[in-house]
Amino acid sequence: MTGSGLAAPASGAARAPGALRAISPAARSSLLRAASILGILALWELGGRIPVSLTFPSFSATAAAFGGMLVDGTFLGAYAETVGPLLVGVALTGLGGVAAGVLMGLSPRAEWLGLPVFVILQAAPAAAIVPLITFIYGIGFAAKVFAVVLLSTPVIVLNSYRGIRNTPVSLIEMSEAFLASRWQRIWKVILPAASGLIFAGLRLGLAQGFTGAILAELLITPTGVGDLITFYRSQAEYDHMYASILSIILVASVTITLLQRLEQVMFRPELRSP
Amino acid sequence: MTDAKAGTDATAAPGPPAGAGEPAVRVVELTKDYPGGVRALEGVTFDVPAGELTSLIGPSGCGKTTTLKIVAGLIPATSGQVIVEGRPVTGPGPERAFVFQDFALLPWANVLRNVAFGLELRGVPRAEREATAREFIAKTNLTGFEHHYPHQLSGGMRQRVGLARALAVDADILLMDEPFASVDEQIRRAFQEDLLRLLSEARKTVLFVTHSIEEAVYVSDQIVILTRGPGRVSNAVRPEIARDGSSDEIRRSRGYLDAVEEIWGELRGYVEQDMHAVQGPAQGATS
Repeated sequence: MTGSGLAAPASGAARAPGALRAISPAARSSLLRAASILGILALWELGGRIPVSLTFPSFSATAAAFGGMLVDGTFLGAYAETVGPLLVGVALTGLGGVAAGVLMGLSPRAEWLGLPVFVILQAAPAAAIVPLITFIYGIGFAAKVFAVVLLSTPVIVLNSYRGIRNTPVSLIEMSEAFLASRWQRIWKVILPAASGLIFAGLRLGLAQGFTGAILAELLITPTGVGDLITFYRSQAEYDHMYASILSIILVASVTITLLQRLEQVMFRPELRSP
Repeated sequence: MTDAKAGTDATAAPGPPAGAGEPAVRVVELTKDYPGGVRALEGVTFDVPAGELTSLIGPSGCGKTTTLKIVAGLIPATSGQVIVEGRPVTGPGPERAFVFQDFALLPWANVLRNVAFGLELRGVPRAEREATAREFIAKTNLTGFEHHYPHQLSGGMRQRVGLARALAVDADILLMDEPFASVDEQIRRAFQEDLLRLLSEARKTVLFVTHSIEEAVYVSDQIVILTRGPGRVSNAVRPEIARDGSSDEIRRSRGYLDAVEEIWGELRGYVEQDMHAVQGPAQGATS
């Protein structure tokens, strides 16, 4: 079946009328993506069946565990705990981090003051700092929020800063020549031009935020999804452990894709149509 | 090469040309130093008569674009001044519109919004500015592409959008920075025709930067020749061309060919100087 799916793009590369080609380019592209995912899952299944290691479950066992945890409310309970600090943390850095980055991009004084802090913070090994949070914020909600903020801030701030700085000079000159006010220049030219890098920063920041939340749950307070991983590992229920990890990957990629859509709708309509 | 002047009615660089009214733009003793002590312009002086098309021509690095951007108010001069319609320039103004070499279109905005962008920045209500934009989209032969994005257009069409945007704000003076430099030759010629047609309808004053002698002579009433190192006005030429003939007739006419020859004569002297300077710096230093 993959064979027929792959034959279509080769013969249909020229723009033939619809009758000759049953599959649209969009459908072909999603077909290829599905084939790639299926390939990886097949390898996973194979690795689990051999088995590569006793601690490595097959995909089918993991999927079964995943389904079970979905139905019995294990995921719901765990994510309810993880999502709170994650949302609060990412909301804080999403607003504050973008604002700080934009300010640093626009004002040399803010750049002078802020840039070194965030460059150092980005280079610092965050996982080593996370356990220290307990000394200041204890083991509660605030500690987790701080872990999320710590990991997601640098990439969001620095990407926003670079986005602002990378605005094409000719677009800025154009807005000046056509008498844009400072505010119009920022809102109608600089921010849309920077939106690509800002949103890339938000996506990376969100991914980092997930890491921060899970790290906090693994290293500080055993709760939420991080605790699921720890718990099932200690119980040697590796299928459940992998299902928990898989759920994090799924939740993170779905959220990040949604963020990408949001960016296109808000700022870059020209990227929606191929 | 000084003999070449005989063929055309050349005037010396400074001062308004005979027979023209009050110039729309006066460029007076303009000097520009870039940080690091590089002098880009020195004592550049010329007039742009109202309702005419004046070209700035010269080898690359002679400060043509710098001069144009100072006239636009986009960069400040080190000394000297630009007087537009009787007032000294301190920044960009509504009576001047700029056409950029690299088009400078908003990639996230469609043709309609790009053409209307100057009006959008001036706070013109949406319905009104889009009606104006559609008018100039039609005049620049872009009808049907209102909802296309710049990346879906050819280079020539993108520059039409840039031209339509500049015309839409109804400025008296158009400043054009090598507008056809990134357009291929056939389209370039068609574009020159369109520009002359649009200008004859709209009665604009145009200051036009180009490095093509043929283009300058074909479209211009006056050609100001700049030379580099630092940029200075070496001459101003007014080609004597009867504009009523066809494009081919104009390109074969005596006045056209003489003007091309004269400008080439001016510039060739500097090009040869440069080449000697490059080949033999030791000899060049003594002379």
